[in-house]
Amino acid sequence: MAGQGRADPRPLSPHLQIWKWHWTMAGSIFHRVSGVGLYGGAFLIGAWLIALATGPEAYALIEMIAFSLPGQILLFLWSMAVLYHLANGLRHLIWDGPMVGFNPGVASLWSMFNFAFAIIGAAAIWSLASFY
Amino acid sequence: MSTSAKSVRGLGSAGTGTQHHIRQRVTALALLFLVPWFIYSIIHACKAGYEGALIWVAQPINAILLILTVSAALYHMRLGMQVVIEDYIAKSGTRQALLILNTFAVIALATATILSVLKIWFTAGA
Repeated sequence: MAGQGRADPRPLSPHLQIWKWHWTMAGSIFHRVSGVGLYGGAFLIGAWLIALATGPEAYALIEMIAFSLPGQILLFLWSMAVLYHLANGLRHLIWDGPMVGFNPGVASLWSMFNFAFAIIGAAAIWSLASFY
Repeated sequence: MSTSAKSVRGLGSAGTGTQHHIRQRVTALALLFLVPWFIYSIIHACKAGYEGALIWVAQPINAILLILTVSAALYHMRLGMQVVIEDYIAKSGTRQALLILNTFAVIALATATILSVLKIWFTAGA
């Protein structure tokens, strides 16, 4: 294993197929997945800001993309990823600071809550935003 | 299970990491407040059209908070992506290249967005 095409023999993180699916592992994996998604999303949000500074033509183009169906779906996924990463990130801070929530039952429930928060929260934000 | 103490004492297996860990948390703490503000604000700005969005960015409080949000978010995501690359890319050359690309991409985005905010603040705000 070590040394075959690898300069560095340190162990790799386990890949997805190693794990049996359960709430806390899903919570952890989706933290990373949403983080990588938000990395890409930051470039799209950044494009909006750059277009705004560039001028009305560039802004019209970005508005057209953002308000198209694929654009809206992408933005909805982005908002879900933000809310999930925010809620689970707060959990990481609580783990690191006060160090509570490690009990398996609590940890699983907390993971479920974070998923629910992301889905319901995103739906709530989008319906509120469409009203006013 | 035993570890050769002299090789890990004070360093950990990677030789470094405490500062990375703390910076990830400190930026997270800032984003805990900045991101909810950003979501609320960007909905307003998007609905206001081109002129409205310009007026929104040109307000000093919004421009300041935007620059803080961009800085904290991009620092945070550079640290996060660094860990993902280190975890999954085993080949040293590819890993180094991606780590450098990560740094370049984030700094380029930070420069472009912060300059955009400043341009709008100084021109539309005047």
